[in-house]
Amino acid sequence: MLQIKCPWCGLRDETEYKYGGQAHVAHPEDPAVLTDEEWAEYLFFRDNPKGPFAERWVHGGGCRRWFNVVRDTRTYEVLAVYTNNEPRPEISLALGSVAAAGGTP
Amino acid sequence: MADLTTLQGLRRSPLQDMAAELRDGAVPGERSVALREEPFLTMVSIRVEPGSEAARGIEAVLGTGLPQQCGEVSAQGAHTVLWLGPDEWLVVSSTTPETLVGELLAGVGDGRAQVVDVSANRTVLELSGSAVRDVLEKGCPTDLHPRAFADGTAITTTLARVPVLLWKVDATRFRVLPRASLAQYVAAWLLDAVQEFAPAGPSAQAGA
Repeated sequence: MLQIKCPWCGLRDETEYKYGGQAHVAHPEDPAVLTDEEWAEYLFFRDNPKGPFAERWVHGGGCRRWFNVVRDTRTYEVLAVYTNNEPRPEISLALGSVAAAGGTP
Repeated sequence: MADLTTLQGLRRSPLQDMAAELRDGAVPGERSVALREEPFLTMVSIRVEPGSEAARGIEAVLGTGLPQQCGEVSAQGAHTVLWLGPDEWLVVSSTTPETLVGELLAGVGDGRAQVVDVSANRTVLELSGSAVRDVLEKGCPTDLHPRAFADGTAITTTLARVPVLLWKVDATRFRVLPRASLAQYVAAWLLDAVQEFAPAGPSAQAGA
């Protein structure tokens, strides 16, 4: 069970949240000029990193607000939580690997 | 007999059919729990940008500030304001919805805000007794220990897997506000959850 700290409500169990996929996927400025391939890229193609991954979550069982989480996909460790108005915090792969190394027996 | 010629007389609360079960479900003794529905409270949903002109107008009408953070509850006279989100509040009041919505909209003036009567959206289940926290902890994932959940605060969370507003009046009195359509389920779940706190003995056998 993940515990995520909602920027507004504080620490709650994962069951109160819903997952919203990769964060910072901007809608194309002018979708009409995109080729089918570019449009498909925007619609369907997402990163699948091994390590820190910025993703969207919604606190549906609480304040019903969307926000962003940086989660390490190897350890499930929540590395950062930030609102949609804030930039993605600088979390290097190195920090992720440090965290992972710390968790490895 | 209720006056069946008016809307007030015709309306039925979500837990009206369970009134007897709620009354009989009370557990006496050292670890007591009693359940009761408090129906037909006025509830008005407010959405407004905090700190804006419209928000100040609303606060002037309510006579109290809008709570700033999760859990906070502010009260003044007939009105109690619960925090639902960074720009969303629920006013629980004993005035009529028409009056309250009218006054709040007048307070908003030309500003941008949403004021909606949601009195029929939720009902209020009041739990009182020394074992209330133990009962709620059986189905609520949030930390209800006093160090994390103080008296006089309210949070949106889940109870028995369904979303509810949980309002802690004090250590022995909680209000659970489920949606009307889920009220009977929540009440039935609570009635089942309190059974283990009944004192053992012949009287409990007879009641079963």
